[in-house]
Amino acid sequence: MTASRIETRPADTQLTPAVPDEALWTRRHLLDLDDFTADELDLVMRTTGVMKEVLAREVPRVPALRGATIVTLFYENSTRTRASFELAGKVLGADVINVSASGSSVAKGESLVDTVKTLRAIGADLLVMRHHRSGAPYLASRHVACSVVNAGDGLHAHPTQALLDLYTITSHLDSVRGRKIVIVGDVLHSRVARSNLWSLSALGAEITLCAPPTLIPAGIGAGEGLLPPARIEHDFDRAVEGADVIMALRMQHERMTGGYVPGAREYARLYQVNARRVARAAPNALVMHPGPMNEGVEISHEVAHGLQSRVEEQVTNGVAVRMAVLWLMMRARPERPAANRGAL
Amino acid sequence: MSDRLLIRGGRVIDPATGIDARLDVLVEDGSVARMHAAIEPEGARVLDATGCVVAPGFIDLHTHLREPGFEYKEDIRSGTAAAASGGFTTVCAMPNTEPAIDTRSVVEQVLRQAAAAGTVRVLPIGAVTRGRRGEELAELGELAEAGCVAFSDDGAPVADATLLRRALEYANAFGLPVIDHCEDPSLVRGGVMHEGWVATRLGLRGVPAAAEAIAVARDVAIAALTGAHLHIAHVSTAAAVDVIREAKSRSVSVTAEVTPHHLTLTDETVAFGALDGDALIYDTNAKVNPPLRSRDDVEACVRALAEGTIDCIATDHAPHAIIEKLCEFDDAAFGISGLETAFGLSMRLVESGALTLPSLIERMTIAPARALQLDRVVPAIGTLAAGAPADLVVLDPDALWIVDPARFASRGQNTPLAGVTLRGLVRATVAAGHIVHELEAAHA
Repeated sequence: MTASRIETRPADTQLTPAVPDEALWTRRHLLDLDDFTADELDLVMRTTGVMKEVLAREVPRVPALRGATIVTLFYENSTRTRASFELAGKVLGADVINVSASGSSVAKGESLVDTVKTLRAIGADLLVMRHHRSGAPYLASRHVACSVVNAGDGLHAHPTQALLDLYTITSHLDSVRGRKIVIVGDVLHSRVARSNLWSLSALGAEITLCAPPTLIPAGIGAGEGLLPPARIEHDFDRAVEGADVIMALRMQHERMTGGYVPGAREYARLYQVNARRVARAAPNALVMHPGPMNEGVEISHEVAHGLQSRVEEQVTNGVAVRMAVLWLMMRARPERPAANRGAL
Repeated sequence: MSDRLLIRGGRVIDPATGIDARLDVLVEDGSVARMHAAIEPEGARVLDATGCVVAPGFIDLHTHLREPGFEYKEDIRSGTAAAASGGFTTVCAMPNTEPAIDTRSVVEQVLRQAAAAGTVRVLPIGAVTRGRRGEELAELGELAEAGCVAFSDDGAPVADATLLRRALEYANAFGLPVIDHCEDPSLVRGGVMHEGWVATRLGLRGVPAAAEAIAVARDVAIAALTGAHLHIAHVSTAAAVDVIREAKSRSVSVTAEVTPHHLTLTDETVAFGALDGDALIYDTNAKVNPPLRSRDDVEACVRALAEGTIDCIATDHAPHAIIEKLCEFDDAAFGISGLETAFGLSMRLVESGALTLPSLIERMTIAPARALQLDRVVPAIGTLAAGAPADLVVLDPDALWIVDPARFASRGQNTPLAGVTLRGLVRATVAAGHIVHELEAAHA
């Protein structure tokens, strides 16, 4: 990863084609990272570095996507992801329209396919979609003539979160190859974990999934079928030993009452990322969390706000990563108008 | 004029009588008159079966015709047309209609509509419980009198063990079996596909194979307790096969069926489609209950069918409207429109060598008839013996065709097989001596 190197470019860089090998990007949609090559991930990281530089400017606005219309379509509540995409689009000069499922035609019974077709007909060039059903953006992408970015679908995937996680890690560790990354918590219900598994394993990280057996999905860690490789460890104290990165996952309240674990107290006792466990990890190990955090459950307050916490950095990087994704995707559109596009 | 039809030049395969020979078949007044190496038409209408196989018409023990109540999915006219097109001359209509088939008047309505459609025979299956609510027995005696051939709350299991016991005991008085849809609801918990690595990959909630095995084991124990005949619907797992094999070895009165899709498709079809692409497609047309299972389960079901642990093939034809499938996977309806692909898909077992062509035909004709003892209602059903009903099918087992749901006779175009090439074509179907389906030469 060369992200940190690019980040050091002077803040007043001219409007140059900063990403020379953008031709690497041929994707119309960003649905998951399951088929991303190391080169593609590297391209997104380097593009994110350029976007970080844009964000550091005195007036962080560029006309790169002027005239483009981005619609965020959220079937599920979200603060950070939606705000992050919205800001990313606006920094690049796109028009961003936010649509929520509640209070819209969706609440009146309109089907997903009809909704996305309508948004396309209105003029959307790119749809950012969050949905509580796994696979929903795949359905949308097959029925609409604009690009679709998956901003989280059910239990399935959250590719931009995994990309911002990757950017955050590589800005500290330079490379993830051979690094020991522990993902701890509710893997079963985590789209963040699933997407991270693809990108981190593609780059050669050694991933350990740590959770009680009730929260580990079927087939994973057993080398079954077409799943990314991962080691399973139920004992967090053992899993965290020497870890370079600790990623805590959100433990939703309904999981604790749903019979997956006996309750928050026991879960915290066995799986909370706390100071004692962080001390067992590698020196300066990165502590990450996709948010929103349940402090006192999956992560202690001290660690969440401690020196090794990268949680706020993750959020900041999220904007740059989403700028990179939006920019790469709009550039790859065959029908994109030539004028006023692309300059950073 | 006398109603005569001569099916000429085909290879007749009639597993019930053991006939496998080049014979002409003469049909008169709705019955098989005689078979001989060469019969002169003498004015009879001639159906040329040269190069084809002539067999008894297929019998489907598990068909959702949707009428009354869900005519937007399918009605008896379109469903029986689909049956004819798929080579079926008898279909057993599942009672999960609205209202359910739980009273004489609904049975009579189904039979009336079937007669009006005038294509293939419809044998209604009555609901086990009133409204299929799983609370109190429907009037099984009246349903039996009205013409029901079995009882089932299919779509849902008979969850209460005592209720299932009473149903088996009570139905036994009329000599009729109870067909159970076997899944333990407390293990299903919102699952929408088979639990395994594919569900993990897709982020979809899984139904473990054990959900079926547990229910089958319970049902088998109750069947043993009552001595009454239990028929297990749509077996899909290796574990359930083991339970059934063991029960049969103890002579428990249990029979079982398996669908063509559970014999040939795996849970990977949900992810990648039946054309085996690389991209995830979340194919809602592969969403079915029980779900498409693992390769090991599929292999176990094939072996079980070959060895007789599973008695027969049944389609579980479950047509749905397009909008019920053109939606998020979790929200899509369960079911595959299966009548018109049943033979071509099942022919894969012949291609793989798991079954011979005669044994496949057996499992689609006389075997289902025996499983539910349908000959008590329709004497000599499932055979081509002289005097048997003139229900037969002309098959071209080597013809290749591409599945195009838009050309289905069924209103339900919900199949994961769209665009898939199948080997084995139903050229013509004759029901009660009448040609109810015939491909134009262009297709054949």
